[in-house]
Amino acid sequence: MAKLKDLAKMEDRLVAGHGMCLGCGIPLIFKVVLRATEDPLIIANATGCLEVCTTIFPRTAWNVTWIHSAFENAASTIAGVEAMYKALKRKGKIPKDKTIKFLGTAGDGGTYDIGLQALSGTMERGHDIVYLCYDNNAYANTGGQRSSATPLGASASTSPAGTQSPGKLQWRKDLTKILAAHNVPYVAQACPSRWQDLYNKAKKAFEIEGPAFLNVLCLCPTEWKYEESKGIELAKIAVDSCVWPLYEVENGKYKVNYKPKEKKPILEWIKPQGRFRHLFKEENAWVLEEFQKKVDEEWEELNRLASL
Amino acid sequence: MSTLKTLNGNQTIAEAVRQIDPDVLAAYPITPSTAIVETIAKFKADGLITGEFVCPESEHSAMSVCIGSASAGGRVMTATASQGLALMWEMLYIAAGLRLPIIAAIVNRSLSAPINIHGDHSDTMGARDAGWIQIYSENCQEAYDNFIQAFRIAEHLDVRTPTLVGLDGFIISHSMEVIQVEDDQIVKEFVGEYQPVYPLLDTSRKFTVGPIDFTDYYFEHKRNQIEGIENAPPVIEQVGKEFGEKFGRAYGFFEEYRMDDAETCIVVMSSAAGTCKDAIDELREEGKRIGLLKPRVFRPFPDKKIAEALKNMNAVAVLDRCSSPGAFGAPLFTEIRNALYDYDQRPKVVNYVYGLGGRDIRVEHFKEVAEELDKIAGTGKVEKIYSYVNLRE
Amino acid sequence: MKKETWKELTIGTINLDAGNSVKNLTGTWRSGHKPEFIADNCIQCFFCWLYCPHFAILVEDEEVIGINYDYCTGCGMCAEECPSKEKSIVMVKEEIKLAEGGTT
Repeated sequence: MAKLKDLAKMEDRLVAGHGMCLGCGIPLIFKVVLRATEDPLIIANATGCLEVCTTIFPRTAWNVTWIHSAFENAASTIAGVEAMYKALKRKGKIPKDKTIKFLGTAGDGGTYDIGLQALSGTMERGHDIVYLCYDNNAYANTGGQRSSATPLGASASTSPAGTQSPGKLQWRKDLTKILAAHNVPYVAQACPSRWQDLYNKAKKAFEIEGPAFLNVLCLCPTEWKYEESKGIELAKIAVDSCVWPLYEVENGKYKVNYKPKEKKPILEWIKPQGRFRHLFKEENAWVLEEFQKKVDEEWEELNRLASL
Repeated sequence: MSTLKTLNGNQTIAEAVRQIDPDVLAAYPITPSTAIVETIAKFKADGLITGEFVCPESEHSAMSVCIGSASAGGRVMTATASQGLALMWEMLYIAAGLRLPIIAAIVNRSLSAPINIHGDHSDTMGARDAGWIQIYSENCQEAYDNFIQAFRIAEHLDVRTPTLVGLDGFIISHSMEVIQVEDDQIVKEFVGEYQPVYPLLDTSRKFTVGPIDFTDYYFEHKRNQIEGIENAPPVIEQVGKEFGEKFGRAYGFFEEYRMDDAETCIVVMSSAAGTCKDAIDELREEGKRIGLLKPRVFRPFPDKKIAEALKNMNAVAVLDRCSSPGAFGAPLFTEIRNALYDYDQRPKVVNYVYGLGGRDIRVEHFKEVAEELDKIAGTGKVEKIYSYVNLRE
Repeated sequence: MKKETWKELTIGTINLDAGNSVKNLTGTWRSGHKPEFIADNCIQCFFCWLYCPHFAILVEDEEVIGINYDYCTGCGMCAEECPSKEKSIVMVKEEIKLAEGGTT
């Protein structure tokens, strides 16, 4: 078991002076994940909060080799880096015993939506890379537009709540399962409030040969509109309410990594967040019901898959 | 050993790829360039190339893979056409901005709508401001020769700019031609070892590639990028000369055909130049003093050299295999006319759009253009500055 | 800070100075509340280190020793997640200092 004290001793690969928001969840994820391998690492980062807030020229918060090319192609960019690594290794230009790890990363916009095709292709081709989606449920970098990861009933700037609308009308896309359907060696869902689980999953993802995918819930006080100090509390509720279950799919086998002793009602997840405020109007009661029903169904289905 | 082989345009590109053996080849098949990708795949399957072949799910990803690979620190190529190049659009600018010497074989094809698979220059002409060096080929031999030279030009440390080599869809890509294929080893030596600049895979150095610029740096970075392509002309010249010394076929920025005592001139690129040469020969037989100027390098545009070659003409017709809707003429025309602007004595210049969607342009069409040039030269008057060739009006 | 001319920039939009963002002092945009570290209460669980988005927890010789106010933005996650019986980090109100020339 990794100890935080030991992790803290490791060199930071993402450092202070980045411009991410107060209480932002992204650094919390990367602080853990980037410590899950001691090998040299190359990161391809899609356009988004992380990229913008860490690399405003002439400053960079990256203490690791890092490249950004566009929004929808973190997966194919890192695939290209990995392809060159393989080619140069084969040609003897990189020593045989040298190992480099490759990480592609984007938010839910760059992963669930505009980057899904490139990600799917990269996974199918079997590049030996890890892809991490930091899912903050919206296009947070540009002011909180809806994504296909935005939850039902959330008010986002392109799915706003109004007199005739309860916010986003659609249930979110189940991306982790879509990635599992690629039959890659390792797919997992994690949350920074359970850092040990996140660390273990990242470690496994880096160690496994072939493509691995991590979908990590990412706190976003700016777009979720909650008091930023309460972020980890909220993340815990996401897990305990099964809104964001922790599970992994290793070589096709589903495993639920954490089962809450007592499943919390989704209301505990929804109440602290301003993006759901309008759901407490009488006419929107059906959304809350629907939300709970969907979460229950998905949780049941996940447990069924894990029991196979 | 240099040998004669019967190959079509796509095969000549594939043949050059086999000889150069780039480190990463990433391409998505699209008509009429598919055979390049297929042949590379077969080379890989048969162990004839040692590079990594990546077959992504789209052209956008193909160029993204190229960008990742080239940044990683090795020699990289792709091939595409038409909509494929259009889908790469966003990434073309990024390849240029990151100064990555990626080589692309572009089998020139029209853009939809309506969908059409045949040859015209709409694809690469649309990408003319993407920051790539653009070299066009008249025939299979030139496609082969240009493709080999492209690596030397793009990878030159003063240049470090992605380069595309155009060959006309079907007319060249699918036409068999007997071409001189040079010795594998000599081609390899001519292209030389790849010299990486800030390779990501050198993890002893940690750095940030492709950061975000605000208003205080973007302009400087863009100017820095422009320097690469502006440094290209002497390199293009040197490489073309060396190629000639080594293989007997020297190249410059453009070819002049029977221009010595010409009074009028037709400017046309790529495969149509071959047909135009036949027309010029016939017109010369008839006693007309007409010549052909065939641009080879479109980016960087050799404005002064072309202007020098054309300034003493009485009338010039520039033929574009591409339209530029709403503009004052199509791309090649506007460049050439503009290049002549500073000369006190300059020819009348008119523009013809021809061959869209693979429409034939034949000897008689060039003769019609020549006749119009004669009229302009005689009267000093231009009636129509912008017309179409072989279009049902 | 002197800004480079276009000729002085590394070609290809590359920043060779890894991790130089540490020169950006994010503490200058602190919220109006700041954490105070009470060493005697600290159980060295490192949760504050883990949950600080701005890398503002000072660690020396494997022990948390305080807050780096150069970077702390005052989000309060460290104090919130501090599990010691008596909190070893508490948030206190801070007089907001405006940029030079401003007043409170």
